[in-house]
Amino acid sequence: MTARRLDAAGVIDRARALQFSWDGRPLTGFVGDTLASALLANNVRIVGRSFKYHRPRGIFGAWAEEPNAIVDVENGDSQEPDARATVVELREGMAARGVNARPDVAHDRYAAIDWLHRFLPAGFYYKTFFPDWHRYEPRIRAMAGLGRVATTPDARRFETRSAACDLLVVGAGAAGLAAARAASGAGLSVILADDRIAPGGSLRWRDGMIDDQPAAAWAAATAEALAAQGVRVMPHTTVFGAYDHTTFGLLERRSTAAVGWSEDRLWHVRARRAVLATGAIERPLVFPDNDRPGVMSADAVLQYLRLYAVLPGTRAVVATNNDSAYAVAVALRLAGAEVTIAEARADIPPAARAAFDRDIRVLAGSTVLGVIGRDGVRMVDLGPADARSAREATLRVAADLVAISGGWSPAVHLHSQSGGKLRWDAATAAFVPVAPRPDHDLAGGADLAAALVSGHEAGCAAARMLDRACTLAPPRAEPTAPQAAPRALWRVPIRGARQWVDLQNDVTTRDIALAARENYSSVEHLKRYTTLGMATDQGKTSNVNGLAVLAEETGRAIAEVGTTTFRPPYTPVTLGAVAGMRHGALYSPWRRLPAHAEHVALDADMRDYGSWFRPACYPRTGETVPQAIRREAMAVRGGVGVFDGSSLGKIMVCGADAAQFLNIVYYTEIANLKPGHIRYALLLRETGVVQDDGVVARLAPDRYLLSPSSSHTQSVLAHLEAWRQTECPTLRVAMHDVTAAWATFVVAGPRSRDILAPLTDIDLSPSALPHMALSQGRICGVAGRIARVSFSGERSYEVSVRSGYAVAMWRRLLQAGTAHGITPYGVESASLLRAEKGYILIGVDTDGLTLPGDLGMSSPLRTKQVDFVGRRSLLMPDARRPDRRQFIGLLPEDASDVPAVGAHAVTRGQDGRLRSIGWVTSACHSPALDRSIALGMVERGRGLAQAGAELELFHLGRVSRARACPPMFYDPAGTRLHD
Amino acid sequence: MLLIPCPWCGPRDEPEFTYGGEPAVRPGPAADISDAQWGGYLYMRGNDKGPHREIWCHSFGCGQWFVLERDTVTHAIFSARKP
Repeated sequence: MTARRLDAAGVIDRARALQFSWDGRPLTGFVGDTLASALLANNVRIVGRSFKYHRPRGIFGAWAEEPNAIVDVENGDSQEPDARATVVELREGMAARGVNARPDVAHDRYAAIDWLHRFLPAGFYYKTFFPDWHRYEPRIRAMAGLGRVATTPDARRFETRSAACDLLVVGAGAAGLAAARAASGAGLSVILADDRIAPGGSLRWRDGMIDDQPAAAWAAATAEALAAQGVRVMPHTTVFGAYDHTTFGLLERRSTAAVGWSEDRLWHVRARRAVLATGAIERPLVFPDNDRPGVMSADAVLQYLRLYAVLPGTRAVVATNNDSAYAVAVALRLAGAEVTIAEARADIPPAARAAFDRDIRVLAGSTVLGVIGRDGVRMVDLGPADARSAREATLRVAADLVAISGGWSPAVHLHSQSGGKLRWDAATAAFVPVAPRPDHDLAGGADLAAALVSGHEAGCAAARMLDRACTLAPPRAEPTAPQAAPRALWRVPIRGARQWVDLQNDVTTRDIALAARENYSSVEHLKRYTTLGMATDQGKTSNVNGLAVLAEETGRAIAEVGTTTFRPPYTPVTLGAVAGMRHGALYSPWRRLPAHAEHVALDADMRDYGSWFRPACYPRTGETVPQAIRREAMAVRGGVGVFDGSSLGKIMVCGADAAQFLNIVYYTEIANLKPGHIRYALLLRETGVVQDDGVVARLAPDRYLLSPSSSHTQSVLAHLEAWRQTECPTLRVAMHDVTAAWATFVVAGPRSRDILAPLTDIDLSPSALPHMALSQGRICGVAGRIARVSFSGERSYEVSVRSGYAVAMWRRLLQAGTAHGITPYGVESASLLRAEKGYILIGVDTDGLTLPGDLGMSSPLRTKQVDFVGRRSLLMPDARRPDRRQFIGLLPEDASDVPAVGAHAVTRGQDGRLRSIGWVTSACHSPALDRSIALGMVERGRGLAQAGAELELFHLGRVSRARACPPMFYDPAGTRLHD
Repeated sequence: MLLIPCPWCGPRDEPEFTYGGEPAVRPGPAADISDAQWGGYLYMRGNDKGPHREIWCHSFGCGQWFVLERDTVTHAIFSARKP
């Protein structure tokens, strides 16, 4: 037993114990614990297996920098794979499991891989398994990877929010609190975000006095006072990304006690300015076997002691190259541990005085040369920091904890993400910002008093930039003695030993040396070749050590090597939080027809059609969907059917120049259309490609009603608006979408007139209302329109009334048609009827290359005088190629075989190989012809159709035959339409 | 996320807008221009690094198209003008 819980202190609530499990073992923790602190308190040493070599790994850090403790966490009905145990708040009933090991991390049968390490250097997989990677991939993939992704829907609820403020302060440590205090005091609206569970940063575990209060108490009181005066204080909220124009992405984790509605929240914060007070991350020291469980970040050790009252080890070696670890050594000693300090610097610094006062042994010029103990530290060899061989060790001490501090790297991620440059500062051995970004101020410092002043000044600077004056005096701390310079110590120069630089990705100094020998000397290449600094921790602990080793290997200065670019997110962001509420029914909310309830009452098979929720068909009891579609289609051909066409787009175009405008934007001639008449028209893009089709009705000389396809209405309106505003700004024309204002019911079939005529004062006789004409009047007593257009090939009337009358009108039509056997028909049945007539569906029968000529509609190009949209494109050589794909009909040889949509029409070349000359775009079994029919786009299709050529259709290895024909299977003369 | 100053509505978030690319002047009449001229109008854009003139539509706002001058490197916005 080595790690244990102390009897007093910490922020944990000892009155409230929590039961949880680790790899199936029941354990106990307290409210206030993280999963990592609870595991340590239970002396769980091995929490993971390393990514590549399956070496046992223990907890290294205490928060977001943790590279080792990647675990799967299950909380009731929610699961989170690959969580860092150090940032997971412990909850009652939590079940955590180690990953990347079988059967578990303590007894991993893949551990033997480590013996083969000599044969598994960086680039091993590329070199060994190329070019036959696909053969090995399944087995390698099965072994690789970390956690298991849940297979059930996540029960957690997420939310996305937006906020704006004058100033966003990132980090609520000494500097951040001082900045927020100054800015808020100057009258700015401030958001203060900090990724830790409580504000305060290192004030919560490092000693100090601020304004005559203990630092931790000052932090808590200041955060509370700021919240009281209107600052939005957001603890447990990670600012993970800095984006354009001072936008930031924040992930708020509200997992403590199900606060209100949601758990994790994603925030988009638009600030006028930002103060980055993000603190620093402690770097490890690099020495042989520095990845053994029990080797921990010194600052993390202090956090476990102070916050969670966990003593990670009773016999500790503290190895450091800077002053910050002395406080850790003293705290360990006071908690009852035996402590030895290995100080890399030759001169004992003044900070060591506190250690001497506690009778702690300090070895100057020393560092760790080796660690003994496979599943956890048992003994440590100490020796000169410049030793070239492990034999130079001068002292072997029994130890169960090695607390290491290799210096501090400022958390410059957000600065760098927003385009800020970095420079190497040799004095502090760290990359620091060259200058803040124009909208940012930077704050922080290694010394408490300096950090407070820096934060205060940053807050005041932000206030000044926003024309406010800062009136408060800065918080005051006693200045401390200046710190001694750290010793740059990037590794122990022992050749051959395995020294880990990146614990998460299993990258050693040897891998970096190998990369340098193979000329991967650019830091970006190094990263990609060795995976250094990738994955969830993004090099938080490994980056600078890795660069420094590369610099040594290539004989350059660190400043010359430079650093890689930091990119968002700073820490992993749950995808659920990115999606927020945009999933399920809210992913893309359906538009419902105004008579929706009537269709539901008829047990319609409702489906999603490009944002509209519409009846596919109306199956009767015991009837399959294909049977229902067939019955409905036959009812329209033989009697009468009614179709809810309310989703059909309706765009009103008004104005003295409406005719002129539409003649420019439409391919089809519009200007000579007479009021009361309707024309089928194509809309092209400037590239000549068919964008949409539909009918255009002229209601009056200066009023047109366009009917784009149901799902294209918005894009068509946007297209027309763009042309109106940018190319035709002088034309007097206005347009708007009136789709939702009107309900439209299509009454189609030979008996349609018999039903409608008694219901309306509009004369429906063929002479008064011929095909493609429209009349306004009263239907069932309410004002409306009847348009005679047909998408089915039968005589057909589109009845439009205000959408408020939709339900009443639907019922009246069904009632009036009862005697005639009126049959409601859905989208699928309508689609079958149009296929029999060879009417195109844009985006189904056409694609992003289809020109009007390909559809057999080339007369406007010849006859129309206006420079309409897309005209010039139709004169380009490509548009006039004789071998373009053209729209044709296909009659399969086997009349019972419906070809697959997407099946290719193929020809055999000289070499016997198949070549695609087009494909099937629509296919169905036609009830009217009682055989299968298809439509398709085929090279030189019209010639083939005229000749009645036999084509081969190829689909998934199966070949069938079909005869090309004109794309019109039913009533080619159109007598039924005009009847 | 850019903060775009719509000339009619004032500064608004980027998701409210639709990007229209670099404006191209439509050549014409169709009969008088070469294939190359037309191809250039359809497809050829400067794609400049640095200051860039482009058109945007405030789709989820006033619905108006306008000309924006923006730096494609720093994303700084210099001006937004009514046409």
